[in-house]
Order: sequence, then C-alpha cells, then structure tokens
Amino acid sequence: MLKQIEGSHAVAEAVALCRPEVICAYPISPQTHIVEGIGEMVKAGEVQNCEFINVESEFAAMSVAIGSSAAGARTYTATASQGLLFMVEAVYNASGLGLPIVMTVANRAIGAPINIWNDHSDSISQRDSGWLQLFAETNQEALDLHIQAFKLAEELSLPVMVCMDGFILTHAYERVDIPTQEQVDAFLPPYEPRQVLDPADPVSIGAMVGPEAFAEVRYLEHEKQLRALGLIPKIAEEFKAGFGRDSGGLVRGYCLEDAETVVIAMGSVLGTIKDTVDEMREQGVKIGVLGIISFRPFPLEAVREALKGAKRIVVVEKAFSVGIGGVVATDVRTAMDGLSVKDYTVIAGLGGRPILKKSLRAIFDKALGDELPPLTFLDLDWNIVNKQLERERQKRRSGPVAENILRDVGSSHVAQHS
Amino acid sequence: MSFQPVKFYQTGTFTVGNRLLAPDQRSVQANMERTNSLNSGHRACQGCGEALGARYAIDAAMHATDKQMVAVNATGCLEVFSTPYPETSWQVPWIHSLFGNAAAVATGVSAALKVKRQKGVSGDVRVVAQGGDGGTTDIGFGCLSGMFERNDDVLYICYDNGGYMNTGIQRSSATPPAARTATTMPVGPEPGNPFGQGKFVPAIAMAHEIPYVATATVADLRDLEYKVRKAMTFRGARYIHILVPCPLGWGTASDETLRMSRLAKETGLFPVFEAERGELTHSTKIRRLLPVEEYLRPQKRFAHLFGKTPAVDTIARLQAIADKNIRKYDLLEKEAN
Amino acid sequence: MNKPFAITLDPGSSLANRTGTWRTERPVYVNRLPPCNNQCPAGEDIQGWLFHAESGNYEKAWQHLTKDNPFPAIMGRVCYHTCEGACNRANLDSAVGINSVERFLGDEAIKRKWKLVQPAAESGKHVLIVGGGPSGMSAAYHLRRLGHRVTVYEAGPMLGGMMRFGIPKYRLPREVLDAEMQRVVEMGVEVKLNAKVDNIQETMKAGNFDAAFLAVGAHIGKRTNIPAGAVSKIVDAVSVLRSMEGEEKPMLGRRVVVYGGGNTAIDVARTAKRMGAEPIIVYRRTRDKMPAHDFEVEEAMQEGVMIKWLSTIKKAGDASITVEKMELDANGFPQPTGEIETLEADSVVLALGQDVDLGLLEGVPGLEVTDGVVKVDANMMTGHAGIFAGGDMVPTERNITVGVGHGKKAAKNIDAWLRGITYVAPPKPPVATFERLNTWYYSDAPKTVRPMLDIIRRQSTFEEVQGGLDETNALFEARRCLSCGNCFECDNCYGVCPDNAVIKLGPGKGFQFNYDYCKGCGLCVSECPCGAINMVPENN
Repeated sequence: MLKQIEGSHAVAEAVALCRPEVICAYPISPQTHIVEGIGEMVKAGEVQNCEFINVESEFAAMSVAIGSSAAGARTYTATASQGLLFMVEAVYNASGLGLPIVMTVANRAIGAPINIWNDHSDSISQRDSGWLQLFAETNQEALDLHIQAFKLAEELSLPVMVCMDGFILTHAYERVDIPTQEQVDAFLPPYEPRQVLDPADPVSIGAMVGPEAFAEVRYLEHEKQLRALGLIPKIAEEFKAGFGRDSGGLVRGYCLEDAETVVIAMGSVLGTIKDTVDEMREQGVKIGVLGIISFRPFPLEAVREALKGAKRIVVVEKAFSVGIGGVVATDVRTAMDGLSVKDYTVIAGLGGRPILKKSLRAIFDKALGDELPPLTFLDLDWNIVNKQLERERQKRRSGPVAENILRDVGSSHVAQHS
Repeated sequence: MSFQPVKFYQTGTFTVGNRLLAPDQRSVQANMERTNSLNSGHRACQGCGEALGARYAIDAAMHATDKQMVAVNATGCLEVFSTPYPETSWQVPWIHSLFGNAAAVATGVSAALKVKRQKGVSGDVRVVAQGGDGGTTDIGFGCLSGMFERNDDVLYICYDNGGYMNTGIQRSSATPPAARTATTMPVGPEPGNPFGQGKFVPAIAMAHEIPYVATATVADLRDLEYKVRKAMTFRGARYIHILVPCPLGWGTASDETLRMSRLAKETGLFPVFEAERGELTHSTKIRRLLPVEEYLRPQKRFAHLFGKTPAVDTIARLQAIADKNIRKYDLLEKEAN
Repeated sequence: MNKPFAITLDPGSSLANRTGTWRTERPVYVNRLPPCNNQCPAGEDIQGWLFHAESGNYEKAWQHLTKDNPFPAIMGRVCYHTCEGACNRANLDSAVGINSVERFLGDEAIKRKWKLVQPAAESGKHVLIVGGGPSGMSAAYHLRRLGHRVTVYEAGPMLGGMMRFGIPKYRLPREVLDAEMQRVVEMGVEVKLNAKVDNIQETMKAGNFDAAFLAVGAHIGKRTNIPAGAVSKIVDAVSVLRSMEGEEKPMLGRRVVVYGGGNTAIDVARTAKRMGAEPIIVYRRTRDKMPAHDFEVEEAMQEGVMIKWLSTIKKAGDASITVEKMELDANGFPQPTGEIETLEADSVVLALGQDVDLGLLEGVPGLEVTDGVVKVDANMMTGHAGIFAGGDMVPTERNITVGVGHGKKAAKNIDAWLRGITYVAPPKPPVATFERLNTWYYSDAPKTVRPMLDIIRRQSTFEEVQGGLDETNALFEARRCLSCGNCFECDNCYGVCPDNAVIKLGPGKGFQFNYDYCKGCGLCVSECPCGAINMVPENN
C-alpha cells in the first residue's frame, strides 16, 4: 500500500509488520519518532504479543534487548549518536553473544560539540563492534532493510544495525510502499533462536573465555559475517520475489558500465551524487556511482568487481577517522588492492552540513583532472579554521573552539550582509 | 505474615535441617534432592560466602518456581568463578552479559517470557537477577533503579561483600566505614573507608515502593529461604540484599564465613528486615546483642582499629551506626511485661 | 540446542573441575564420647536413647536404654544422676534433665507393659547369682539376655536388696520396684527367695553352676562406741529402713536423733519425720562436707528435719544425749572443742555406714578380702576363677547405679569367661568437650522442673516426693540434648558447604565428604553444632 509518510513512521510500520516481541525505547533525536510510532501501535493493540518498554537509558535499552533476545523474543530498538555511544558496551556484548537484535541507527553526529544533525560518525564508530551494518539510501529502502534485517540477523544469529540518515530520511515525508502483513509473514518466519534461556534445556550463556579459545570465538564471529556476504544478496533476491522491488544487497551500481570515474558513498547522499552524475553524464563524462549498502560485512569482492574498469574513484563519506581520514575509503582501498586506480577521499556533510550538487560537481571536476588532493573536506571554511589556528598560536588560553567559530561565523555573516 | 521460627526442636530453626520437623517444614538446603543450582567444581575461594549465598538463594528460587526460572548474572566473582570456559557450575538457564546491566537484562528476559506466556508457547517462567555489591549499588545502579521504577517482574538479589573483591578488593559504595580496601588504605588522618559515604540500597529500593524488599545473611538460612520464597509470591520488582562475607577481602579465616555473618547481624551493623511497598513490615530481632567490636576484631580489614592504641573513637562511630540501625529497624526484642 | 562455541556451556559441567586438589586439610566425621555417657556408672548410652526420645519414639528409646540398664523407672528415681553434672548444656543454661526423661521412659514402659528382649539362643551355661539387689539383678538380666541360664539366690523374702531395704518408699514406690524386678524374672531368670547362701562353693557344686556372681550388698549397720545407759534406745539405720518394709514398724519415739551425714542418715530422718517424729541429724562436720547429696539435704530440711552441724555424740542417756561441739582444723577434719550440749532424744539411729556379711566366702581358695570387702580384678573376678563379685561388697562407691553398672560389667566378663575368652572393652573415644560445640545453633530452653509433692503431704505420708514429666515436657527435655560429639543429622555440614562437597546419605545414615570437591575451608567443622567433625592435615 502506498503511503505518503514520514521516514520514521515508515520504519515503525515495517518493524510492526515483523511481529516484534520486545521493543526497548529511549528517546534521542532523530530516532525518537520511530519508537513513538511503534509504541502507539503496541498501545493501541495493533501490534499484539509485544512488550514495549520505556527504559532509563540506551545502555539499558540494549541490555533489555540482550535479555529478551536471549530468552527467545524477536527484539528491536532504535538509537542515534550519543545514545549509540552510551550503549557501546552492550552493543559489543550483543554481537559477542550472537543475539539477533535489530536496531535502527538514525545517523547523527557525535559531540562535542553537541550536534543533533546528520552524519555517519555514530555507526562508523561501531564499525568493529561485530554488528552487521546496512545503510539505506531512501525511506523505501530503510523500510525494506528492516524486514530483511530480521531475517538476516536471525539466520546468522548476529545483530544488525539498519542505518538511515537522521532528519534527511527519518523526518522526510515521502511516498513509500508498505507491504501487507501476509507478504511479510511469508518472507519472515517466526524467530527460531539458535540458543535460548529455557528451563527445559538449561545452558549458561556468556561464559568467561580465556586465551585458549578467545581467538576462535572471534574468528567464528568473523566467519559469520563472511557468510553474510552470501546471505545478503540471497535475501535481497527473495525480497524482490516477494515484494517486487530491488532493495538491499551488498552494493548497488549506477552508470558503472563504462565509468572511468566512480563515486562511492553510503546512504541518502547517493541521491545527490546520482543527480550530479546524471548532469555530468549528459555532458559526456564517463562517471558512475557505487552505493555501498552493506558496510559490515564489507563486500570486498563486490566492490572490486564494480571498480574493475575504473581509472579513479572518489569516496564521499560522512564520517572520518581523525588523524588519518576516510574510513570507507580505507576499506575500498583494501578492495582495490593491486588495481591501478587513483583514489580520492572527500569528507562531506559533517554535523548536518548540506552537501550541495554544486560543491560535488566542483570536486568531481577536479578529480577528473587529477587535481584533487587525496583527502578533501567538502566546503570547509578555511577562513574560520585559519582564524582559530592563529588565535591558538597567539594565546594559550584562546577559549573554546566551537564558541569561537560560532562567533566567527556570525561576524562573517554580519560582514556579508553589511 | 512474617517468618515464624520453629520454637523448640532441639536446634529450632537455627540449623540447616532438623530431622524432628515435618518434611514440609524443612529447608530446601536440607533436602537430598536440592537443585545444587551452583554445582560443585566452581572456582570460588575456600569458604566463599557468595558461593554459598548464591546456591541458597537460587536453590530456594528453583524450589519456589518448580524449576521454572532463568537467572541473570552481573559480572563479578560469582560470574567468574562459576563460568570459566569450558565449564559452568550453573544448573539453571543462566546468562551473563555485563557488569552494570544485570537488572536490565533481567527486564528483557522477563518481557520475553511474558510474551511467550501470552502466546502460550511456554508456562510461567520467572526471572532472578543477581550481582555483587559493585554490580548492584555502583555500576549497575541505574539499571537497577530503572527496573524498580518500572516494576518489572524481576527478583534482584545483591550479594553484598562490601567491595570489589574480584578486581582485588577495592572500595564500593557498600564498603563499610573504616574498612581497609586497596583504594581506601589504612593510612593518613582517617584510615580506611571514610565515614559519611556509601549507600544502603535496600533503603533506596524501599523508596521505589516496589512490592518487596528484604535483607538476609548466609548465617540464617531459613530466613533467607523464606524471603526468596516470599519474594516469588509477588509480581513486579523485588529486591533481596544478602550479606556474604568474603574471607579474602575481609581477612577472615575460611571457616569463619558464617560466624562473621552472624556477628554482623547480632551487632546490629547489618539490619535484617522485610519491607513491602516501601514500608517496613518485619525485622529479624537480634538474638544475643553484641558490641560491634566482636564483629570488627576478627577481620583484618579493620585490624588498624586494634593496633597498639585502639581507635576507640572510630569504634564508637561504628557502634553508633549499629545503634542507629537497631533503633531505625527495630532490631531488639521488646521486654515482655 | 546448537550452542555457540565457548560462550554458551552445558549445565553443571564444572563437575569436571576437581577442586578437592586445592585442599591442605580435610574434614572427617568423628564420634566422641558424650560427657554424660562417660560419667554414667551404669554405662548407659544416654545420648543414644535421648536421640530416640527426641523424635517421640519412646519405646525405641527405652529399648536402647535397657540394653545397658534394665531399671529405668528405678534409676529415674534413685540415681544420683552425675551425668547431669557432666552435661555440657549446664554451660549454656542448665543441664539436660536426663534423670527425669529416664524416669518418664521407665514409667511409660511399666504403663504400656513393654517387654525386655528375650535371648536369641540358649548357651547351656548356668550362672549362680547371690543377691537379688541392683547388682545381682542387673547381672541376671544381662546374662539372661546373653542366653545363659540364671538362678538368683536372695536371702530376703523379696527381690530388690538395698533398693527395697535401704531406700524409703517416698523415693521409690514399691510397685515401681516390683514391676522392674518382675520384668527381669519374666525373661526366664530363676529366683530363690529366703535362700541365704552360706557357702558359695557348696552351693555352686550342688547346683552344678558354671560361674557365680556375688552381690550380697552391705546390710550390716556399722556401730560406734557410744557410752549409753541401759534404757537408751540405739538402733542402726539399715535396720530401721528394713523394718519399714515389714509389718512391724520401728518404734523410735518422738525425738529421734540420727547420727551420720550420708544419704542413709537423710533417708532415715525423713522416714522418721513421716512417722510423726521430730528427727534431728547430728553430724560432725559442715554441710559442704556432708557426703549426702545436697538436694536430699535440702528436701529433708524443707520437710522439717533439723540438722545439728559440727557435733558428735559423747553419750546417750534414757531421754537425752550429750553432744560435743566440733570445729574443723586446717585440713577440714573435725576436732573436739570441749563445748558440751544436751539434746532430748527418745532414740538414736546410727547411720555411720554398712558392712558386708562375708560369711559365705569362708574357705574359698584364692579369694581375698581387704578392709571388709572382696578384691576383684579389672574383669570383676575374685581371686577364685569363675567367682565374680560386684556391688557394695567390692571396693567402690556404694550406690544403686554403681551396683547396676557392676552387674552389667560382670555379666560381660562372665559371658566371656564362660566362652573361654577375656572380655576387652572397646576403646573409649575422647570426651566431647564444651569448647568443641557451636552452641549458637541450639534453641534457648531452660530445664523443665519436675513437680514436687505438696510439703504437708511430704511431712506426713510416704507418697512419692518427686513427680514425673508428662509426654510434652519429657519430649522437650529430651530435645534439650546437645548430642555432644556425635552427629544428630542437623544437616548443617550438608547445608553450609559452599562447594556441595557433603553427601547426605539419608535419615539415620549420616553424611559423607566428597573429597573430589571439598576445598578444605573448614566451614562444616566450625558450624557443626555438636563438634562431630575434625580437620586433619592432608597426607600428601
């Protein structure tokens, strides 16, 4: 059924269709609307046999999820930003215990400085947590990925993060196709746990494992993620068969056939990039796009295959590893090992900074001429940066950076308007 | 109705068993078919109070629920000594997640089990969460309070040995004043753990007005079993705080564990009581009132109070705490008129 | 369940980890000798029979008791229960009222007509017992129980000896005595009354006896040389008490002076009181030096018996006596002061001890008599093989319980001797001392006081002074037993072991340590109420 609704509500409806049994909710923007939506449905009786628990923190949210999943319940929660970081200990624990929890991360920057807007720093910080991470490009894909995520998680017995850009997707009203309960039921069987807390068959879950077996446990976790590389496309196929549309998978190419330059990105920015690429294609530039849906496991083979014909790549990413640069770019480089492809990393959209077509076009043009530095911060205001650096050089007690910059931004606006 | 001790059967209700009692009046621990929920082969130190308390409590809960229960464990001694790969001592469905989240994990288990029950795919399975004082009163306190205020159907049991024993005896918010720990050394002008700090979580649990709060010691098995059994008759959040001496951390001989528990109670330093929905309903009276010194002196963690010049003032301050407990929790039998 | 590797484990699998290897000391169950048992002159397993009484199984308790002593109803009245003096519970509140429970069991047995165990098989041996008193009848019982034919020769007209002729009715009602004597007779013990043995060797030969046990008692009252007038009435206590059993009651007059400080002196004074006299005991030392038991002195004084301390009788007139005041020297011996006093006296009863009539032993080769008593070896045998002796006629403390104990000991030795071997008593384990107990575990429970007869009736009748316990308080009293030194299945060790290293074997079977897992913490030892576990070093 087609509906013009907010992204968060689309996800809420998708989760509800998956017949969740336990949902833990703790408010944090921009995820809040999702759990509000499910909470209402549970309270209204539209979702039955489901416990909706208002917990006292994200740490508790993930902990409750661990308990309920271990006791055999299909479990869901959602978070973002600081919330994700607050639950980190439990995030690692959930994957270590192999519990198939599904969690939406409404991607948002991490403070300080505190910032509620979108980038990918939160999920990227959990790159090594053992969770699978799927990035949605559109609200439709966000909706679809949640349905696929439960299936994926439960088949592997590993938790899955469905990442969708905060505000850009969560708060955008778009038309989405909401499947029927019958469709979802046919696609997603009831949860059959691999291990469960059951008095009839007692086990101890969460043993202390020493040097004699720890590496093996970790390897097995890795092996499961590698298995996911086969499972994700398979599930996407099944999904297409049941729902009639392409959603999910490991990567998705766009105009790649003859592309010499390939732009690589994750999430909603792919839309803007595709628009930019469309314009450049009209002008005869052999440029294409590779969207990465599965960031973990990282599809080395699929990426390498997609980039076989490229001369250069530009990785546009909404997070970076301070002190080195791109995170996605590093993984892409691993995928291209041995190929002679020039690569450029562009850090863009941090803390909700709009990623403009104009700016992307300028960057891509530079790349085409191989004039782009290896690492670029899109639309960085060098004036402000240099001013602060100067201030710090001159005065040890130069004041808080963020506040200084805000002042500088204000005065430059004043200057522009005067 | 509070626990009615057996008046006089040679050993009354003091010993673990009593052949003179009717079988239905006997303790769970006296039963040849007791669950031994925490099985032999665990790696707890000799004379470990927590190992004993955990078996007492979980066996009692198993008995009360007809083995339909799941245990959740915080990180700590109990978890480490019971479940090092490749062996576990637990005979109950058991999960350990983290140090500070046992109460929340238990909430999750409880919620899942409720759904399973509603769906008719399982019977009435109950949840018991357990942790040491560090995992309960410090790092796990947020989750504990959350579980309490939501009134989730969880019995949380805290095994209080007054410190972080697993990590090498550091101070917790349950460490008694003046006690030596690795982070409150007996040096400086106020040796040991400072006075005026710490918290007594049973009282905080009462402030949540949850259905049932109780304290107990490993020295009074029947009282402990009664409280676990009683706790299982309630739905909602319940809290039992059990004093479990730690021979290593307290510096006591391994065979003194029960004696130390008894002394803690008999001096009034550890009040033993029950409360329902925030109100004190019963106190276990002191049988033979003793000065706190009797409890402090055998413990090496208080050795600095009994040096060449005994710390009379400090001992008096500890006595004042005991006296206050006695008043506050009504720990003395009223003189019969 | 397809469990994830390492992080999820099978239940209870830690059994593979044998923590017993940590141990440097191991606990072991021990049995110690309870102080009451250790003390009992009759060798009763007091703790053993209390154990059954605790669970209300009085018949089993009685059967257990009578393995050692066939006369609980008598013992429960006349035994001076030194066991209670040794009882560890005295350190806690007050000693267990062993004697009162014993009496309760004895009375129950009479009321319910419980029978003693019959011998399993006949040995074909025949043993002669001379004297039907406590020692003789005890020996008769034990020998019969062992399958021997037994014939008792009693000089008097009834069985009981000193129990009948030395102990007043108000302390031992005769129907109780008769019932317990009769029960032994019913086992098949032959009895010849009014059959004084004048020559032991002749009697043995005539009756073709294989062995003999002599227990004639000490029935001859000791005399002392008191200058007396022709009309003064001086009698001995034994005669007075014996004549109380006959038709003709003794005529002592109103003012009766009893001379002596032993239990017999008290008995005769209290008897006189009940006959309407005003008895006064004259004793040469002080109350704390008096050999009579304090509770008897106390009861006598309550009943109105007067006692003149530190006095000796110098001479006796027709209606008065002259006494001299004494004082104790540094060694506690009385010394005359020369201070003289006159007391009114219609009669003087001498209670200065008794002698044995040894006439029957004349000419027995090897048999030795010293200080008026027969010498016996450790096996109760006299210098003449096959002739054993016990009770008041051998060197010993003279009381009923000791006599009963001699009977048992002699019986065991006679039995062994008849089978051509020597009886060796099993070694005694060390005594269970109070320090070994963890008394926290015992309920607070003061001793039950037995009812006492109203004082007026005590002064005027021969009704029994001390009442018995009823079932409720007998049970209570039994349950006051601490079971010193022997497991009473309180389950403490089973419960307090943090390692589940104690195996409970089931009711009556006790416990076992599982050394595979016992870490040797010692909690079971410390928390054993009765001190029945020891820690011993590991051998390796």
